[in-house]
Amino acid sequence: MSASVHPLTSPPASAPANDVVRIEGVHKYFGDHHVLSGIDMTVKEGEVAVLIGPSGSGKSTLLRCINHLESIGAGRIRVNGELIGYRETDGKLHELHLKDIARQRRNIGMVFQRFNLFGHKTALENIIEAPVQVRGLEKVPAKRRAQDLLDRVGLAHRASYYPAQLSGGQQQRVAIARALAMDPELMLFDEPTSALDPELVGDVLDVMKDLAKSGMTMIVVTHEIGFAREVGDTLTFMDGGVVVESGNPRELIVNPQQERTKSFFSKVL
Amino acid sequence: MSLATNEQATTQSSPSPELIKAVPVRHPGRWVGAVIIVLAAAVGIQSLATNPNFHWDTFGLYVLDENVIRGVGWTLLLTVLSMAIAVTLAILLAFMRQSENPIFRWSSWFWVWFFRGTPVYTQLIFWGLVAVLYPRITIGVPFGPELLSLTTQDLLNAFWAAVLGLALNESAYLAEIFRAGLKSVDKGQIEAAEALGMRGSKIMWRIVLPQAMRIIVPPTGNETIGMLKTTSLVLAVPFTLDLTFVTNTLANRSYLPIPLLIVAAFWYLVVTSILMVGQHFIEKHYGKGVDISTRITVNPAALQTAGVSVNPTPAPAQNASTNSEEDVR
Repeated sequence: MSASVHPLTSPPASAPANDVVRIEGVHKYFGDHHVLSGIDMTVKEGEVAVLIGPSGSGKSTLLRCINHLESIGAGRIRVNGELIGYRETDGKLHELHLKDIARQRRNIGMVFQRFNLFGHKTALENIIEAPVQVRGLEKVPAKRRAQDLLDRVGLAHRASYYPAQLSGGQQQRVAIARALAMDPELMLFDEPTSALDPELVGDVLDVMKDLAKSGMTMIVVTHEIGFAREVGDTLTFMDGGVVVESGNPRELIVNPQQERTKSFFSKVL
Repeated sequence: MSLATNEQATTQSSPSPELIKAVPVRHPGRWVGAVIIVLAAAVGIQSLATNPNFHWDTFGLYVLDENVIRGVGWTLLLTVLSMAIAVTLAILLAFMRQSENPIFRWSSWFWVWFFRGTPVYTQLIFWGLVAVLYPRITIGVPFGPELLSLTTQDLLNAFWAAVLGLALNESAYLAEIFRAGLKSVDKGQIEAAEALGMRGSKIMWRIVLPQAMRIIVPPTGNETIGMLKTTSLVLAVPFTLDLTFVTNTLANRSYLPIPLLIVAAFWYLVVTSILMVGQHFIEKHYGKGVDISTRITVNPAALQTAGVSVNPTPAPAQNASTNSEEDVR
């Protein structure tokens, strides 16, 4: 199995240097609701890991735990070897200061289902906001870089448009460019095409495919089985807060082993 | 592609449709209403012009009187200063109200409860009497040596007592307006900023507050105009140089209260009109990115609260066609 997601086996003690994300025994509760019950997962450098599953299965929550938008109840999440959200000394966990959490997030790009572009800023201003305000970049080079990124997502001519003047697909491509402007080592996509008109989905997926080809490490929560088959290096099927099955998407989609996976694919394919 | 093909097909198959020329619905009620209003206005104007008890000559005598103009100046100064202090306090109170620290949340709540719950007139009298309550204000170590001692009268004269009284009372109302504004901004905006590595105060000042301002500005403009007229209560302190006090004094001296009431009303209207123009430009500034749009991405309910009409008309034809071409490609 070429897949590098090891949901049911504990990862080796000395992790190879190219593990970008390592998730070990993660649990998450919302009040009494046990959203994630013991997730293990590894994503290697340059890999595209696709997460699928019915709504409420915990896949978006897991994604949001990786950049600490949600805190975890148990387990460990490491990105490039660094523990997310906590500091561990002598086996005791300390909450990280907000400024250190912010520093960790700088290297993790995130794309949201509802785009979440800053409504009072143009496409270009959205993209330069974090490089200028967080990384302290000068405005002129930041703008030049933003223009390049807009060109890359096919929206060079929309730089001065406000989000409300752009279609959903255009907004989502600006949102991808905004995340890329921070030069992230990892990109998280939270159902990036679920809020789009069907005919606009393709543009966004094309941008994501290009990004995957360029070697970006990506974790994608999606309902686009076609994208998983074409671009995914691994496919992980989640249900009820656990990983039911994972492996090579081309094999898993055609020949799922678990009954739950079979019934899911029989409904969505 | 299907979109573009459809458009071409329709234009080709029906090049010049016969336009509907329907007889419009008549509205006789509107004409009756208009006639009544015009007649009432005419009666009003006639009485204003012919009734000698209005004493327009006295109005003309005092409207540009030096004391009156100076009164307008003091009233403006009271309004601007107390609003500036109130806005600053209100932002602080609204931030505190959203804080994770319960002490901040409770003290902000208490402040609003107290200053909103007592009449501004009472508060103004109180600030005028602080000097009686505390004749000297002393800075030093409690139970220890004094470092600085001033008489309260020097520190807090009638003008500053009036400003303080107006500002503290107003801050409680504005804090609620700011709180509602901050809450109206979609949580996704904060998450997006957090995911980019931005932090608390920067997210507040650069992302949340500018978008909240669209909701905050209209009611704050309302409060500013209200404040302009609340300044007429500063005689409670007592502060005696504002427009209302000056015109009242002149009225008492000349035994002609009505023309001097009109003088005061005239100047309050002039200043209100100027403030309304200012508000228009501020609203325009903070409406950027939203008011120009045809597709609304922010919470439409919040827009309606702000009195911004959500325009459901589609984008201009040219704009729409370029969009669809671009997306379909």
